[in-house]
Amino acid sequence: MAEWMDTALGIVATLVLATIALGLVRIERGPSNGDRMLAAQLLGTGAVAVLLLLARATHTPALLDVALVLALLASVANAVFVLRIGVSLPQSPPAASTGTDPAPDKDTAQGTRA
Amino acid sequence: MTGIPWREGLSLVLIGVGVLFFLAGSVGVLRLPDLLSRLHALTKADNLGLGLVVAGLMLQAANVQEVLKLLLVWLLVLFASSVACYLVARSATAAVVRADDGAPIQPTQPPPPGELAAGGANDR
Repeated sequence: MAEWMDTALGIVATLVLATIALGLVRIERGPSNGDRMLAAQLLGTGAVAVLLLLARATHTPALLDVALVLALLASVANAVFVLRIGVSLPQSPPAASTGTDPAPDKDTAQGTRA
Repeated sequence: MTGIPWREGLSLVLIGVGVLFFLAGSVGVLRLPDLLSRLHALTKADNLGLGLVVAGLMLQAANVQEVLKLLLVWLLVLFASSVACYLVARSATAAVVRADDGAPIQPTQPPPPGELAAGGANDR
């Protein structure tokens, strides 16, 4: 019935994929580890949308269940990150450009969060 | 579904607007200056975009079960991502306070030169 609708949904899924790929830039240059986890959350939400669109475009209802699992996994990963590591701000802009967080800050983060 | 398929047209419009919200969320994550602003852009725009995409797909669903499952996916993403974003925001606030050596947040206090990033996050 709707060949063109399947094609359109495939194109839309590609657009969403290209949009959430912008989040990879934030993962690469995010100053703190919180920014990186935030971009991972963006990837999770966008991937759920891509899976829902593909489930409709390819007539594969099982992808809806995959989307459910992915929706849970992204948030569980974020919650575990916050509870076990915590957001540690970069010390100074030069330290932020290297992309590595200083170790003492991370230790205090664990002590406070526990 | 003969003639002009109004339902599929409305579905495509909803999905298109949802993709625009996804684009706005990604641009906000890229362009906004600090962590809490990015959190703000990500939480609202992406979940609204996903909601619009889900609403558009509901119009094309084959049966009631698929509609309910789409709704379940959206509600789960809403609940889980709001919890995760609250946790990240609380942890980031604690990190800003910790960067000030445990002192309460005082916007008028000039930060030391080494802590410009943390001090700048306090000013708002």
